[in-house]
Amino acid sequence: MRKIGEREIDDIALGAALLGAGGGGDPYIGRLIALNAVKDCGPVTLMDPDEVPDDAFIVPIAMMGAPTVLCEKAINGGEYRTLAKMVESYFGRKIFAFMPIEAGGVNSMLPIAAAARLGLPLVDVDGMGRAFPELQMVTFTIGGMSATPMALTDEKGNSCIFNTITNKWTEELARSVTMSCGGSVSVCLYTMSGKEMKTYGVRNIVTRSEVLGRALRTIKETSQDSTEERFLEITNGLRLFKGKIVDVKREVRGAFNFGTVVLEGIGDDKGHRAAVEFQNENLCAMVDSRIIATVPDLICLVDCNSFTPVPTDALRYGKRVLVVGLKCFERWRTEEGLALVGPRYFGLDTDYIPLEERCRT
Amino acid sequence: MKYRMGIDVGGTNTDAVILDEKRNVVAETKVPTSGDVYTGIMEAVRTVLRLSGIDALDVDKAMLGTTQCTNAIVERKSLAQVALVRLGAPATTGIDPMTDWPMELKQVCRHWTVIGGGYEYDGKILSELDEDALRDFLESVKGKVDALAVSGVFSTLRDDQEKRVREIATQVLGVDVHISLSSEIGSMGLVERENATILNAALHKVARAFTQGFAKSLKDEGLENVRLYLSQNDGTLMSIEDALRWPVLTIACGPTNSIRGASYLSDLQNAIIVDVGGTTTDIGALQNGFPRESGVAVTIGGVRTNFRMPDVISIGLGGGSIVRRHEDGSVTVGPDSVGYRITSKALVFGGDTLTATDIAVFLGMADVGDRSLVASLDRQLALDAMDVIREMIEDAIDSMKLSADDVDVVLTGGGSIIVPQRIAGARKVVMPAHFGCANAIGSAMSKVSGYYEKLVSYDEIEREKALQLASNEAILEASRSGALMDSVEIVELEDVPLQYYPGNMVRIRIKAAGELA
Repeated sequence: MRKIGEREIDDIALGAALLGAGGGGDPYIGRLIALNAVKDCGPVTLMDPDEVPDDAFIVPIAMMGAPTVLCEKAINGGEYRTLAKMVESYFGRKIFAFMPIEAGGVNSMLPIAAAARLGLPLVDVDGMGRAFPELQMVTFTIGGMSATPMALTDEKGNSCIFNTITNKWTEELARSVTMSCGGSVSVCLYTMSGKEMKTYGVRNIVTRSEVLGRALRTIKETSQDSTEERFLEITNGLRLFKGKIVDVKREVRGAFNFGTVVLEGIGDDKGHRAAVEFQNENLCAMVDSRIIATVPDLICLVDCNSFTPVPTDALRYGKRVLVVGLKCFERWRTEEGLALVGPRYFGLDTDYIPLEERCRT
Repeated sequence: MKYRMGIDVGGTNTDAVILDEKRNVVAETKVPTSGDVYTGIMEAVRTVLRLSGIDALDVDKAMLGTTQCTNAIVERKSLAQVALVRLGAPATTGIDPMTDWPMELKQVCRHWTVIGGGYEYDGKILSELDEDALRDFLESVKGKVDALAVSGVFSTLRDDQEKRVREIATQVLGVDVHISLSSEIGSMGLVERENATILNAALHKVARAFTQGFAKSLKDEGLENVRLYLSQNDGTLMSIEDALRWPVLTIACGPTNSIRGASYLSDLQNAIIVDVGGTTTDIGALQNGFPRESGVAVTIGGVRTNFRMPDVISIGLGGGSIVRRHEDGSVTVGPDSVGYRITSKALVFGGDTLTATDIAVFLGMADVGDRSLVASLDRQLALDAMDVIREMIEDAIDSMKLSADDVDVVLTGGGSIIVPQRIAGARKVVMPAHFGCANAIGSAMSKVSGYYEKLVSYDEIEREKALQLASNEAILEASRSGALMDSVEIVELEDVPLQYYPGNMVRIRIKAAGELA
């Protein structure tokens, strides 16, 4: 158990941008929301999963909708109290702690704000170990858990509780309500017991974010040369490609940003071409038409010099990026995991082969 | 023959050049930047005019790249007292304005409110503008502030509420209070746009003082036919009228000017530009003739904005950097510098401080001041100091390089005499003629731009065609601002999908820029 304040929030936000794997939304706006909450209400207690009793009532917090909308239309600040009241009266139980459901991107920050505003602890765990575009894509679905009853509220004070027959339906229905509410809402979903959290959650992901963020912030100070190697060492990442962006194709289908970014190799990769396909998050990386990484492994684009993560909505012609692969949470590599978030689910015509095996050949 | 004058204000020196119609450098000068900036500018203008021997009436354009706005923010000087109205409640109250601003700078905006207003992503009303709350707030700040900043949720999509606030504020506060609207200043991202808007409002007095003072002084110097432009941070020029309304856009034009000037002087399209001033060295990259842009959000005085700027790193090394041997025998150069007092402080100028320039003179790399004044310098100290300088430059160049391949390096700026000719990682090191005034030349050579923005549906018109049509509009816009039609090219092109809009809607933003006629 330890306290997280402004400094920790800054580092977690930076690490969360990397774990966003191109999507998840810029944590910057979430960082401001968390900072405001901590300034108003004091630091947040971060608990290790093992410190949580098995029968504790744990409530994940997230935003739903387009992060770009949140960047323009930030939250009211009172949403988390509304959500807490809704679930506590629905279940007739007191909330023990909040947790993030998605450690990548902006959703890493909002549970911190909720914990600060309500004076409750935050658990060092999530349900993805990264960012994913749909709400059933969490490890808790593998455990047969339901996203609902799920509470939703907008900044205007409209709220509802969903009861659905499958998590796919929750996604479907919540999306429509989100759009009617103006494209960005606050939710709590997958409410669970301490035992379920410990069994299926991705442990210590908040701390991993913080360590990654601190490393990104200080990499230039701590290593004189070969910062690229140092970066790969810290992130435990595999170097996939280094190149200059020569084209970005984008298309909106439904609620998602689809697209492909094409890279022309530089340095060691000169003469080669790479492409990364994305659906909010990066899905698949190819070099000279050969697949070298797919979901659920993390495909991250970072700035060549600063190693700042480059999200898919900031891809621009001429920018030089390093493409790095990070191994996903082990449970995603099981049959049940791949059914939820494997390449075929995202419409890619390939079986899943772990990143490190693809890179070996 | 008509002439143009380019002026660039740096931290240490103010440079001025006069170019003829064929862009030959007719005269150049470099004078110390004065504490008030303005005196230095006028001295540079007088000197360069005298050196050129041309008739002042033949100068028809003057381009000024100045640091006055940046200085005002960094030094928190001459800033106006600003009140902020944000239109967004009940949304956005979870983030106070200026949350991550430096404490001191927050003082420019002690009065703010978040009231009902704003739009949804699709242009629907989020909240009706709360005119009663607006009037109450305006009455409460009346007489306490000189400027009003207005930000509104999705005002880049619809600006009618922000414009209505301007109407009401003019009634309540009077016409003398400056009003900055976020929809005219920034792009998507409420916090960054609001930050830039507050800074813009805070700068209006500084901007008025220096533009009007400058315009008047030019007339007094006999430059009666001159049309005045200011360099802005995207490397293009804006009129003085625009500069008065949007002074924040003049911030950080220096690096862009220097990179563009270096490109022109060296005739290179791809190179690393090392611009050595008196206190700092800026290292930027020239990519196909344009400054390489940074992907990182730009911060001004510790405040995040959504402006784009060239990818430049700064190191604390310049002609005036102070050289020291420490007790453990190590030698350091900078980061502190004698700055603009170099002509009185450096040894070669009869001063008492050992600077990087003294080292260069001692080693025979440069011939400025009086060499005999450094004749008794310890040779080993000089060699060690030069090793430190070389290493600092090599490291900085290396971190800007994108591959292990050697690159062309262009040296510019008055302090570049301290840089050795042999640098690891450089294919060749070029120090072009007029290298000392690359910034001012860059300013004089800047283009004028035209901007076009439109929402289109790719379901109704295919992407290529839509982009082509929009490009044509931007090109027309640039020529209306004074660009020569056949020199105009597209410098920025962006199509951003609007999530949740039906029909594959995108926002196309295009900027075209061309040479001033």
